[in-house]
Amino acid sequence: MIELTHVSKDFGKGQQEVHAVRDVSLSIDKGEIFGIIGFSGAGKSTLVRCINLLERPTAGTVTVDDKDLTALSARELRQARKKIGMIFQHFNLMPSRTVAGNVAYSMRGSGLSRKETADKVAHLLELVGIGDKANAYPSQLSGGQKQRVAIARALANDPNVLLCDEATSALDPQTTRSILHLLKHLNETLGITIVLITHEMAVVKEICSRVAVMEHGSVVEQGDIFSIFVSPKQPVTQDFIRTTSNLQKIEELIAENAPITQLKPGELIVRLSYTERNTSEALISSASRQFEIDINIIFANIESVQGAPIGGTVAIISGARERITAAIAYLIEKNVGVEVLKDARVA
Amino acid sequence: MQEWLETYLPNVADSFPVLQQSILETLQMVLAAGLISFFLGVLLGTVLTVTRQNGILPNPAVYQVLDKLINLFRSIPFIILLFCLLPLTRLLVGTAIGVRGAIVPLVFGTTPFFARQIEASLWEVDPGLIEAAQAMGNSNFEIILHVYWRESIAGIARGTTITLISLIGLTAMAGAVGAGGLGNYAYIYGQQRNRMDIIYVTVVILVLMVSVIQIIGNTIAKRNTH
Repeated sequence: MIELTHVSKDFGKGQQEVHAVRDVSLSIDKGEIFGIIGFSGAGKSTLVRCINLLERPTAGTVTVDDKDLTALSARELRQARKKIGMIFQHFNLMPSRTVAGNVAYSMRGSGLSRKETADKVAHLLELVGIGDKANAYPSQLSGGQKQRVAIARALANDPNVLLCDEATSALDPQTTRSILHLLKHLNETLGITIVLITHEMAVVKEICSRVAVMEHGSVVEQGDIFSIFVSPKQPVTQDFIRTTSNLQKIEELIAENAPITQLKPGELIVRLSYTERNTSEALISSASRQFEIDINIIFANIESVQGAPIGGTVAIISGARERITAAIAYLIEKNVGVEVLKDARVA
Repeated sequence: MQEWLETYLPNVADSFPVLQQSILETLQMVLAAGLISFFLGVLLGTVLTVTRQNGILPNPAVYQVLDKLINLFRSIPFIILLFCLLPLTRLLVGTAIGVRGAIVPLVFGTTPFFARQIEASLWEVDPGLIEAAQAMGNSNFEIILHVYWRESIAGIARGTTITLISLIGLTAMAGAVGAGGLGNYAYIYGQQRNRMDIIYVTVVILVLMVSVIQIIGNTIAKRNTH
């Protein structure tokens, strides 16, 4: 659907030259929701602008819908862009036009009659859940509503692709969630391919099927969400994943010697993490029963990513030494990642 | 009315037909020069906006030449510009005096200022809107027409108000070199003959003109701000 081959984008010349995007190759399938994550300045916004050629790559080719956009004439490119919707962090609605006017604007020159345009605008506004706001001006809307208008506008020409440039970054968490649900819904009902740029791993986790991680203009890691979450390889990916879970807090608490981490002799703190898609057994309670040990959960962070549980728990285990050892062996055998963070058995 | 004038403003009453003629001349000059300057100003302001470095049609050569030219004309005091343009005026409209003769220097004096006002208004348009329009597949022409101009109607209205008001000031100066109009009237009939009532009446009429322009400008700006 979208094919980026060896795309690079440089700005400036000589000493001030900036390599915003370096040799990125990506392949995004039809109908998927593809996330591109990176810290600010990683080049992700430039990269997404290379997809509709708002930024023309310095090198490489961009193919969307089997069309090599880099080879098109200006007129052909404008036609191709009508089939690539885009929404932005700051919505970019025209303040002088009403909600309906903004949506209708993108249908200019599509050959629809006034009536057809009006009907389609009404249908689109209904689809994004703001059918009652047609005659309001953008300044009268909340951030979430503005983004819904922007989505309706982006869908006006029945695009095959929707590019989302930090589309939820200016929104509060609840609104973010509702916008993400809307995107997911559109993806499922319209089959539209979505490319989503964000700096929030929570956003990726919520709706993406695959993700690419960017750093210094390069894609350093990519894969399906589950495997990225389970075994992130690059430090930057690990950083991002850490932001979505509180399981890493335990290290800080241990370093601070917080009361919760002060162990009695024979106890130990472990972090258990799921590494398999098919974890459905009640492993903690069965380990506890089977080996007659106590497992006291301090933190737990288990989420469902693409229907599979991901995350883990931090727990204090107490009991006889050899039974604890056996329990740990049992958990490892069941493909649970076990890290011993603090051990008072040897003290 | 006539009686009232004769009692309180005897000199104005004496020269009443001249006053009427002067008002007409001032309006003619403001209207004609204003209209021409408006179109030129919008054109030049738009060219400045789109050809600048981050514009939609970056063209450093055009931008630099236009930018410097506007600065040049803006830095010449109007009274000197009037004299400098005498030959050109004669060439263009066949005379350098009267309303017709005044319009050429008025246009030259106003357009650069107007262009800057327009440029400033267009500058206010959120670059995000331009980007959104490009992403929608708009051509540059569509962007200028439906985004830049459309979104800065309020700003253009305010800029036009300021420019027209300063244009009224310039017509008074043009009056000094034989263009006629209210400036000429106040100067010849009032100041030179030491008839203060004529000067006061002229001032009141000018204040009224300015107020009307300001009110119209504010109304247009307000209607187009959402």
